[in-house]
Amino acid sequence: MTDRPAGFDTLAIHAGAAPDPATGARITPIYQTTAYVFNDVKHAADLFALRVFGNIYTRIMNPTQGVLEAKIAALEGGTAALALASGHAAQMVIFHTIMQPGDEFVAVRQLYGGSINQFNHSFKSFGWHVVWADAEDMNSIEKALSPKTKAIFIESIANPGGRITDIAAVAKIAKRAGVPLIVDNTLATPYLCKPIEHGANIVVHSLTKFMGGHGNSMGGAIVDGGNFDWSKGGRYPLLSEPNESYHGIKFYETFGGMAFAITCRVLGLRDLGPAISPQNAFYILTGMETLGLRMQRHCDNALKVAEWLSQNPKVAWVIYAGLPTDAHHALHKKYAPKGAGAVFTFGLKGGYEAGVKVVSSVKLLSHLANVGDTRSLIIHPASTTHSQLTPDQLKKAGAGPDVVRLSIGIEDVADIIADLEQAIG
Amino acid sequence: MNHDSYPADYIREILNSVKVIALVGASGNVVRPSYFVLQYLLSKGYDVIPINPGLVGQSLLGKTVYGSLKEVPQAIDMVDIFRNSKAAGTIVDEALALTPKPSVIWMQLFVRNDEAAIRAEAAGLKVVMNRCSKIEYGKLSGEWAWVGGNSGIISSRRQHMHESGKMQSLGLGGISPKR
Repeated sequence: MTDRPAGFDTLAIHAGAAPDPATGARITPIYQTTAYVFNDVKHAADLFALRVFGNIYTRIMNPTQGVLEAKIAALEGGTAALALASGHAAQMVIFHTIMQPGDEFVAVRQLYGGSINQFNHSFKSFGWHVVWADAEDMNSIEKALSPKTKAIFIESIANPGGRITDIAAVAKIAKRAGVPLIVDNTLATPYLCKPIEHGANIVVHSLTKFMGGHGNSMGGAIVDGGNFDWSKGGRYPLLSEPNESYHGIKFYETFGGMAFAITCRVLGLRDLGPAISPQNAFYILTGMETLGLRMQRHCDNALKVAEWLSQNPKVAWVIYAGLPTDAHHALHKKYAPKGAGAVFTFGLKGGYEAGVKVVSSVKLLSHLANVGDTRSLIIHPASTTHSQLTPDQLKKAGAGPDVVRLSIGIEDVADIIADLEQAIG
Repeated sequence: MNHDSYPADYIREILNSVKVIALVGASGNVVRPSYFVLQYLLSKGYDVIPINPGLVGQSLLGKTVYGSLKEVPQAIDMVDIFRNSKAAGTIVDEALALTPKPSVIWMQLFVRNDEAAIRAEAAGLKVVMNRCSKIEYGKLSGEWAWVGGNSGIISSRRQHMHESGKMQSLGLGGISPKR
């Protein structure tokens, strides 16, 4: 053991993953079990009342999942983390923990289409109301605030536009308003950007993307920044007030800077139920060991592809913050200097039809609805991931009809470029 | 000592060396943090003495409650304070008046009194503030990672099962506290 702070790649391999105490297994075992025996009746009662640490039931926690959580918390610089079935499940549980029926939250329009759907439609059933603002216009975020606002939600690198958000500027607004800033860090990963360092209070991930990195497992995560006072003004009663389902425990008083992650687990996971499978937690853990290596290669490849596209006479435009001419280049240098991510968009002069032709003609790139895989991916958002949006919403989300989205993999970049060249024709 | 950030070795040395802990502000309410910590530290083998003037003579988890530190009829290694930050200053002065003096002052989450810390450190005591002794033990043993906690510690050494031999109980692997 050492007190010297470990570097990112060391944490990616070792954080949370000491040898198994029972067997000495060096690799984290897959604890494929639903439940765990108690020492005695008192131990069972203590576990259910949260008086002792320990496993009860895999819907709430699992030792394989625990290693994944501790690793994510360490990489993001948070106090604790919670892994769930998917990124959507993570968002559901976050808002369940901070919102009451009738409450509002502010989200910027530059979001993953799935999040826009979840916020606009499914959240309505719970009486949670999203108020939209523009990530490019801090005044629009200020104006969207009201006494009912309970949080502000942004993405660090926005999907699909590849735009980078001024996290510190939004964090200032959130702090003044006394609400937590939630940052979806899926496309950046903590290798490129650690939102908590810039003032975020909660970080959310789809682990399905670059964190796992191999396109084989669904997962999501919530990271507690440990830097928000949940007791102020009683605005977050699930955290600050006595909880009847735990005999009157007050989570913030009891767990302090780790209270948000604990509350999401013992109320959100327990009662809503979107647990990650131990097998998926293991696959994601294995992928995360190479996160630093992969992300750098993803970003290096993406920059070369973006440079090549921007020189191609058939390409109308490329939006990639890694390009020195890009509007978000300065934000890239501030928030994600090691790379501008690997997901970006471009448009062809031939418009909608030319975009459709490219996605139909690729032979190496895969035409599918995901990002953050080792292999390069391509999609036409307007006809797939963002197809439920109106034309105006499409435009504001950076997913207009001519837009083609790339998620650049870690193959040899010459092969990626050659495939795009033949597909563009 | 920088009281914003404690090295893991500092906390480990404290939790490996103390045996008798006076828990000031002990509560009989089973959902209060002080009750959680009392029970947890007892389960890890520490001799924890509850202090609460309102519960004098009663028994909490089998331990007799005393009204103040000076009434405790044995030497105290560590004073663990569950009171507000201002009251903690008075408790520290009471601790410093004991013979022998305790070796550690521990103030729980949200409790911090820098003036009192300076007095205690000047008298040769170690001080921890705004930390939960249960959570810190859990970070060092590895139990904290079971709930996704970031302990800040990495190790290629196997974690230690607790000497009690109970399932789901990890220990510090150092000098075990003995009653």
